[in-house]
Amino acid sequence: MKIRIKFAKYGAMRFIGHLDVMRFFQKAIRRAGIDVAYSGGFSPHQIMTFAAPLGVGMCSMGEYMDIEIHSHQGMEALLFSLRKACPPGIDILNARALPEKCGNAMASVAAASYAVAFKDKTRSFTPYERFLSGFLAQEEILVTKETKRSTMEVNIRPGIYEFGIEDGVLCFMVDASSGGNIRPDFVVERFLSFVGTDVLKIDLQTIRLETWMNAGSTEEPQFVPLDAIGEEF
Amino acid sequence: MGSMKGTRRMQLPDFENHLALSDEILMSVEKPARYIGNEVNAVIKDKNRIAIRFCMCFPDVYEIGMSHLGIQVLYDMFNRYEDVWCERVYSPWVDLDRIMREQKIPLFALESQEPVRDFDFLGITLQYEMCYTNILQVLDLSGIPLLAKDRTDRDPIVIGGGPCTYNPEPIAPFFDLFYIGEGETAYRQLFDLYLEVQREGKGRQDFLLRAACEVGGIYVPSLYETTYKEDGTIASFTPVAEGVPAKILKEIVMDLDNVPYPEKPVVPYIKVTQDRVVLEIQRGCIRGCRFCQAGQIYRPVREKSLETLKGYALHMLESTGQEEISLNSLSSSDYSHLSELVDFLMETCREKNVNISLPSLRIDAFSLDVMSKVQDVKKSSLTFAPEAGSQRLRDVINKGLTEEVILNGAALAFQGGWSRVKLYFMLGLPTENEEDIRGIAELSNKIAALYYELLPKEQRPGPVQIVASTSFFIPKPFTPFQWAPMCTKEEFLEKAQMTKRAISSQLNQKRIKYNWHEADVSVLEGVFARGDRRVAPVILKAYEKGCLYDAWGELFKNDVWMEAFTECNVDIDFYNTRQRGLDEILPWDFLDCGVDKSFLKREWERALTQTVSPNCRMLCQGCGAMRFGGGVCMEERKGVQA
Repeated sequence: MKIRIKFAKYGAMRFIGHLDVMRFFQKAIRRAGIDVAYSGGFSPHQIMTFAAPLGVGMCSMGEYMDIEIHSHQGMEALLFSLRKACPPGIDILNARALPEKCGNAMASVAAASYAVAFKDKTRSFTPYERFLSGFLAQEEILVTKETKRSTMEVNIRPGIYEFGIEDGVLCFMVDASSGGNIRPDFVVERFLSFVGTDVLKIDLQTIRLETWMNAGSTEEPQFVPLDAIGEEF
Repeated sequence: MGSMKGTRRMQLPDFENHLALSDEILMSVEKPARYIGNEVNAVIKDKNRIAIRFCMCFPDVYEIGMSHLGIQVLYDMFNRYEDVWCERVYSPWVDLDRIMREQKIPLFALESQEPVRDFDFLGITLQYEMCYTNILQVLDLSGIPLLAKDRTDRDPIVIGGGPCTYNPEPIAPFFDLFYIGEGETAYRQLFDLYLEVQREGKGRQDFLLRAACEVGGIYVPSLYETTYKEDGTIASFTPVAEGVPAKILKEIVMDLDNVPYPEKPVVPYIKVTQDRVVLEIQRGCIRGCRFCQAGQIYRPVREKSLETLKGYALHMLESTGQEEISLNSLSSSDYSHLSELVDFLMETCREKNVNISLPSLRIDAFSLDVMSKVQDVKKSSLTFAPEAGSQRLRDVINKGLTEEVILNGAALAFQGGWSRVKLYFMLGLPTENEEDIRGIAELSNKIAALYYELLPKEQRPGPVQIVASTSFFIPKPFTPFQWAPMCTKEEFLEKAQMTKRAISSQLNQKRIKYNWHEADVSVLEGVFARGDRRVAPVILKAYEKGCLYDAWGELFKNDVWMEAFTECNVDIDFYNTRQRGLDEILPWDFLDCGVDKSFLKREWERALTQTVSPNCRMLCQGCGAMRFGGGVCMEERKGVQA
């Protein structure tokens, strides 16, 4: 049986990198006594998939992982024991039993939404609202992507699905699929440079709000959160 | 853009920084997780309801410090006391070290993220000599005066513990007190005394004096005075105050089943060196190898019962969620209930999908059978530690491993599918000659040849791989070799070259890989191991000149160290290459580790005549540890007391 677990990450846990979060959950699931499935061999590991890696320093309210379990004592019991096994900064939000034929968390990711706020709560993005339409009217927003082998210019404009300012916080939703993932800091950096301001990256906090899958088609996407699929158990 | 469905404003989570370091700093250093605390099983208490705040320090980087069992034991024990809150601190890595100095950020404890200098105690564990400059780093970054004599009642009491305290003299001026021996016994008494002195409105000097007089195992360096002879050797070492003991006996636990054990060890987020549950099965070693300090200072051997260990294993796996468990002891093969314990672990671990990592076991049919069940034979290698290349020299060092035993073990292993063998040797042992060194090459070659003799071509999993590694022998206090001269750097390197040449002249030389180290660090380690108080200024000078993390090859600055020795006018050869007289007062003679000096002398003389001493279970050698009235000394044994 496949289970999808949604969790939030914040506080001191912001500074734990993606691989260490995976290692953390391997141990947390053992502590919680969840009857998880293992691969075989001399060093068995839990069958576990994470949706989208989160950069070090970011908070998130919409992280997902899939695990495979043999048995359970009900959803509430599973949530209770897993919550007990987590430190401050990791909140287990919900769990869903996934249908048999369902892409795993990583393969399902289509988009991610973010909020970017000033760490100094007296500062706000509201003064930049007048730049929004101009920023979005651009046909091309180019960023330089560096891979191990090459450096290339990529147009991220088609991958920006939503973009706005609400209550002084910059909010946007971008492509996060394996083929077209857009790093949120690239989007912020392009916008700040469009505005022509010298805000420092370190003055801002990025929060991933949600991770989305596409329940529609390629032509007419219909984004739903990763936990829109499956049911309570 | 349409409606903002995906980014509808929600209540944002807490992103305020409640840590000692700003986001900017944490994002700019390697592995910020080293500094944030918040690990699973870390203990948080209400500081307003605490009488004593203790900061436990391992003076090396987080990943090393978090792998150390001793700290976990004391951390757990202290935090069981309602009136004590014990936190942890490790050496900031060089990147953060630089930032903290530039921005004058005081060193902080991980749990509360509050400055170490505000604690009552700073306890530093001393596991190896090459961490000595890191002690100064921790004090310096904390804002605590480096020299004990400069500290005031506002500063924490700085305590040293661990194996290096068996010769604390080279670092004596940096510590207020040393705790000699096993930590489980006397700390509560020390804390109670601290509270009493506080209630009486008295200060650190009163506390230190009373601790030295009233609490077992406590050495307060400022209460002793050393005088020297003209030849530089010690003339006298005496207490300067009444009631301060002239000789300090180590603390020891006699019933290991009835002391606290960390059933909920702290679980790090980042990968650390020892990233597993560690089960201490016994303390001490019956073998009495003459180069080995641990084999003497932890006498007598005391075992934990099988039932105790089974309980710990289950609790610790449950409380940590670790996916691996390992055994800890000096010689696991000598543990009386090893096969029952291993059977239990294999059963438990299979159920829980936990890996077992076995420490170096003596290679025999039993251990090979166990290893083939818990690890991939093709990927793992066998380890032998003959320590010396010839039987003659193995007799000198009392390493009871014969060539026959090694070759039989290797034969069994090759038939079981292994094809990789690691061999550990030491160069520079007392009485070593060219023939002994050639023995290293010859033994390696014999093992390689055995593989080809034993297995027909079609049964070989691949070519045999032998890795022979040598380290340089450093005489240590409280061993029969404590009087022995140590080699110079040049002699060490010549011996390594000789080993290399001998290996390349072997028939199977292409199948033997030889590893050796630089000799510079060994020379320094030698000085720190057997130095006296006059070495301390060199350590201070080297630190001031920028030496730090000397155990880390890439950060070790030998030329700076050599300058420090010259500037302080301290002669390395006096400490390293000199043959010490048997009547000389050694810097550590005021400590009593339980083993008599007369026994060590006897063993030194037996070494020079290549006479092997049987182990504790075969025949008691009368080392003196029987006075503790427990452990192996009280077991029924075959022989009688010598």
